[in-house]
Amino acid sequence: MNRQALAGLQSPVGVAVVALITVLGVTGAAIVVAGADPLAAWYQFLVAPLTSQFRLLEVLVASTPLLLCGLSVAIAFRAGYWNIGAEGQLLLGAIAAGGLGQVLTDVPPILAVPVMIGGGALAGAAWAFVPALLRVRLGIDEVVTTLLLNPVALLFVKALVQGPWRDPMGITESPPIAASAHFPRLLEGSRLHLGFVLGIVGIVIAWYVLTRTATGLRVRAVGLAPGAARFAGIPVERTLLRVALVSGAIAGIAGVSEVAGLQYRLTAGLSPGYGYSGIVVAMLGGLTMPGVLLAGLLLGDLTIGSSIAERTLSVPSQMGEVIQGMLLLAMVAVLATRAWRSRRAAIDEPPPAGPSPADGSRASPTDRPGEPPPIAAEGVG
Amino acid sequence: MTFLFDLLASTFRNATPLVYGTTGETITERSGVLNLGIEGTMYAGAFAGFAVAWQTGDPLLGLLAAVVVGLLAGAVMALLTVTLGANQHVAGLGLTIALVGLSEFSNRLLLSGSQAPRITPMPLWDPLAGFGDIGHVAQQYGLTYVAFLLVVPAAWWLLDRTPIGLSIRAVGEDPEAADAAGIRVARVRYFALMLGSALMAVGGAFLTLAVLGTFTLDIIAGRGWVCVALVIFGRWRIGRGVLGALLFSFVYSLGLRLQIMDGWQGVPPEIMLALPYLAVIAALAISGRNVAYPGAYLKPYRRS
Repeated sequence: MNRQALAGLQSPVGVAVVALITVLGVTGAAIVVAGADPLAAWYQFLVAPLTSQFRLLEVLVASTPLLLCGLSVAIAFRAGYWNIGAEGQLLLGAIAAGGLGQVLTDVPPILAVPVMIGGGALAGAAWAFVPALLRVRLGIDEVVTTLLLNPVALLFVKALVQGPWRDPMGITESPPIAASAHFPRLLEGSRLHLGFVLGIVGIVIAWYVLTRTATGLRVRAVGLAPGAARFAGIPVERTLLRVALVSGAIAGIAGVSEVAGLQYRLTAGLSPGYGYSGIVVAMLGGLTMPGVLLAGLLLGDLTIGSSIAERTLSVPSQMGEVIQGMLLLAMVAVLATRAWRSRRAAIDEPPPAGPSPADGSRASPTDRPGEPPPIAAEGVG
Repeated sequence: MTFLFDLLASTFRNATPLVYGTTGETITERSGVLNLGIEGTMYAGAFAGFAVAWQTGDPLLGLLAAVVVGLLAGAVMALLTVTLGANQHVAGLGLTIALVGLSEFSNRLLLSGSQAPRITPMPLWDPLAGFGDIGHVAQQYGLTYVAFLLVVPAAWWLLDRTPIGLSIRAVGEDPEAADAAGIRVARVRYFALMLGSALMAVGGAFLTLAVLGTFTLDIIAGRGWVCVALVIFGRWRIGRGVLGALLFSFVYSLGLRLQIMDGWQGVPPEIMLALPYLAVIAALAISGRNVAYPGAYLKPYRRS
């Protein structure tokens, strides 16, 4: 690669422009192949979902699991814990909701709904516990173990809905849950439910804890520089374990929310990959809570938009997934050049005494070989 | 005895995609790059291989298409992680999401609601026909023979016995020293990522072109993640990784066979299918302590 091209790639603005052109180019080409006009399709993806009250509320419904999963992933990533298992933790929460919902028939909603939420949170946290324990006790890479547990969770769901919980009426669904276990609807004539409120409240609480409390400071310190955090007396392992459990619990609540708020039963097709979309939301949001909120709403908008585009323009709705992946790749490319720039600046101008704040990975000895450099841009939050 | 030989035959067949994937991932990780795009690369290889074989009627062209898709996926991963120095975890996951999405999008366009077509699968090779049960074990697809007799020895030889392999290991352990010794770090990593990803894509295509003869959604079902785990289990050695693939496949094949035996019918088949994933996690917990990761694992390299 010649030096000029390399210089162009060093500029974050240059990379952002190239990344955006690439996203639009790849998706545009796919839309043209599907026989539609890219501009019309993009209008359907982004603007059409906002054009009526009904559609706007559906955007919020679609955002609900994305906000909860984005929150779950962002909290874990901020602590440098690579929980890629939100998908499995969500499914475990859904299993708990599907089971509890069948037995909570004679319980008033005021009791049944909190039991559903608590049960799902416990199930999600339990699913997150084993990889977290293996990580802090034995140093086993949590990326691999959390990933491997996702197909296992899906197999458990399938085993239940095709086996003991098989609805005599349905093919691969559990019997419906009790009406008293349903999440209350927020508005007359809309499917918007309690899960959306849980997502917003969770994001506000997480924002407060991360930016305004000593606990949040510890979490961020562990994520940015585990070695320095340990040197400062922060119990790194315990922090990681707790963060992993909280992250799993939130993903579990996302599963409860889908079962008790929308489907009213456990189905094998419950999640079209919300756990993985949560990674997109967390990264697009820069691992900050306001960012997660915006990114979750944007992806909800895209989800509704891609089903509108399928109806009106015959562009397969899987386009939504393509856009999500491309956006994540564009984001990670831009972040990389930003980090590179600040590192170069730190090298070119000798830093004042002490490690450069721009580079957490060099400022500390890492805990294990292959510890990734922190991905959150410094100073965010 | 027939049961045992059946089990062995099935073990080698089911291990084949994992052998391609694990070998490919070992090569990329030895150069210092974790490629979590493997799941999507296998998926795209499975789809592209099937689509081209279906359109042209030639499975070999399908295989070629899978190789091309793998090379492209590897090049994109290299552009992000080697040239731009992006976070390898996130870049790989993004690549997987994008490739799965593109495959399913193209699948919808190509089939547009019609039933999944079937292609004539690649034929079984039967070199020991007439040798009874042993001959039955040897009855395998050509891509299985290629995997065990060609790809695995060649990958071992490449990594351990050639200057190219030395360069790959050097840039994966200590890119500064490799650079000082005149090795072009970026070029070697591009090579490792593209070669490894092509192997992954062939592993995915094996499922559509040979075993199933058709493409189904979620066809990879986490096999890519299994390969990433097997690389750690194998401690970045080709041979140990292949051994891990055979162990996983043995548990998987045993589960498939127990389902149809008396006394096991009460166990849901999905639990049997989940067992090998849990076995891999258990194997990591037992043997994955204090493993020595490649020195430059996850670290982008730039001259400063």
